[in-house]
Amino acid sequence: MSMPALLDLYRVQARMAVQQQLQYRMRNAMVLVGFLTEPVVYLAVWTAVAKENGGSVGGWTSGTLAAYFIVWTLVRSMNVVFTPYGFEWRIRTGQMSASLLRPRHPVHYDLAYFAGSKVVWFVMWLPIAAALALLFRPTLRPEAVEVLVFVVAIVGAYLIRSLLQWLIGMVTFWTTRVGALFEIYMVAELMLSGRLVPMSLMPSWVRDVAGWLPFKWTFGFPIEVLVGDLGTRALLLGLATQAAWIAATAGLLALAWRGAVRRYSAVGN
Amino acid sequence: MGDAAVEVVDLRRTFKVPERETGLRASVRSLFHREYRQVHAVDGITFEIGAGEVVGFLGPNGAGKTTTLKMLAGLLHPTGGQVRVLGETPHRRRPDYLSRISLVMGNRNQLQWDTPAADSFELNRAVYRIPPAEFRSTRDELVDLLDLGALITKPVRNLSLGERMKVELAGALLHRPQMLFLDEPTLGLDITMQKRIREFIGEHNRRHGSSVLLTSHYMADVEALCRRVIVIDHGRILFDGDLAALGGRLAAYKELGVTLADGAADLSGYGEVRSRDGDRVTLRVPKETTPQVTARLLAEHTVLDLTVEDPPVEDIIELLLAAGHKAP
Repeated sequence: MSMPALLDLYRVQARMAVQQQLQYRMRNAMVLVGFLTEPVVYLAVWTAVAKENGGSVGGWTSGTLAAYFIVWTLVRSMNVVFTPYGFEWRIRTGQMSASLLRPRHPVHYDLAYFAGSKVVWFVMWLPIAAALALLFRPTLRPEAVEVLVFVVAIVGAYLIRSLLQWLIGMVTFWTTRVGALFEIYMVAELMLSGRLVPMSLMPSWVRDVAGWLPFKWTFGFPIEVLVGDLGTRALLLGLATQAAWIAATAGLLALAWRGAVRRYSAVGN
Repeated sequence: MGDAAVEVVDLRRTFKVPERETGLRASVRSLFHREYRQVHAVDGITFEIGAGEVVGFLGPNGAGKTTTLKMLAGLLHPTGGQVRVLGETPHRRRPDYLSRISLVMGNRNQLQWDTPAADSFELNRAVYRIPPAEFRSTRDELVDLLDLGALITKPVRNLSLGERMKVELAGALLHRPQMLFLDEPTLGLDITMQKRIREFIGEHNRRHGSSVLLTSHYMADVEALCRRVIVIDHGRILFDGDLAALGGRLAAYKELGVTLADGAADLSGYGEVRSRDGDRVTLRVPKETTPQVTARLLAEHTVLDLTVEDPPVEDIIELLLAAGHKAP
């Protein structure tokens, strides 16, 4: 498929996603509130720890912790992707057949759809971020280049997380139930991504392990691009690592997809 | 392959189905030892469909119709035999092949649920890379033929079942497929909508010459659209030929549905009583005597309601089975 045709497909599907998201304003608001609860709890805990330690913990002050978890809410809403549970539903209801009848790889529809829905999510996030900023007084003074890298890193995080969860979802072609595997993924992500706590507050061996895994490039890295002081080398290295993970997961997905379709067409639905 | 749109030779599809008895003991045993049964859903069928031909694919539930359709559409990999559609091997699923076919399943929705069908049509334009002018002209033609009008601007979830099937069909035809697989397109629709859908399919075939393979439990669909039918049961073809020839086998019978004011009356003298549901009696009578039997019934009883119908497709197959008919 030529690039203009692919871009046209993404444009149309993304526009459709915006329309659909606008129809479910209340549901989206509830999901955003859910997203807020998690970081606000983390923020409250770590701010208390910082105060107990004379105003900071591991170099993080109340202000920088507030900045971390407010940016967290933005990263979280931007890295929502099609989950393996969606795969289960597609297989169970036969919707996968409809996807397979189309002449384009189904991953494109999901990437375009969830990318489009971000437009609505971002607009809904703005007042929430303003309220959190008023409440927690974050220390956040990013440079222009950091904002630019942050935007690219958000896209990278979205792609890595999408492709990873698509890979896990594809397990449903063999097992039809993938919930347990996805739970393991979510626990690993919680501990090794910077989702629970800034990675610098984790023990060094955890940081070493996390460096070899994809999770921190979907959460901690984009946040720290904006909140931390990474320096040009770390920023470029981070983007390069994201690109490597995108290439690896996309390659693995292309390979596994062939087997998955063979399996699906062998079992049927 | 010659000019045939579909060529199927000794096509087979076997499924390995897990089997387990009920109860806790069987559940525990199945943890260590699973038993499977081989189900021959399609068991060596051979047929051809010519370019532009409309063929009815009939059979009872579980006969192998949908499995065959899925193999032809590239959704299922055959266990054996050969299949070619439009010169391609379907299960290779080449994008070019998928762009030239369409599979519509009566019980599956391929349109986006929350947005108007017009948006799904626009997505199909991008998916199938239909040039804008061609897209507009095809869409307008389909809107006109199916009398869609304002339906395409309403969210799909707000459409009735029949309306949804109409927009579903339109969506499936936007890329002008050369081969159309229709699996129970009128399932669950009322009589008027069934008629509308089948008129549309016929008209579309006349205009564009696409080949159609249609499964349906409704004989009326098949009678209206197909000169030729293939009857399948237990994965094997029982009959492949002109509908008139199949009708000839059934011409021996008609089914009369009679509701009498005197529900208790004995009607066994008029024909074979097939069923009795309250005051409603279903009779099977020889086709040649149907007018006389109907006249006698009307003359001798107070008839509240009377219908004269061909036997359902299941009965056709029953008759074929009873006759032990096999396709050549």
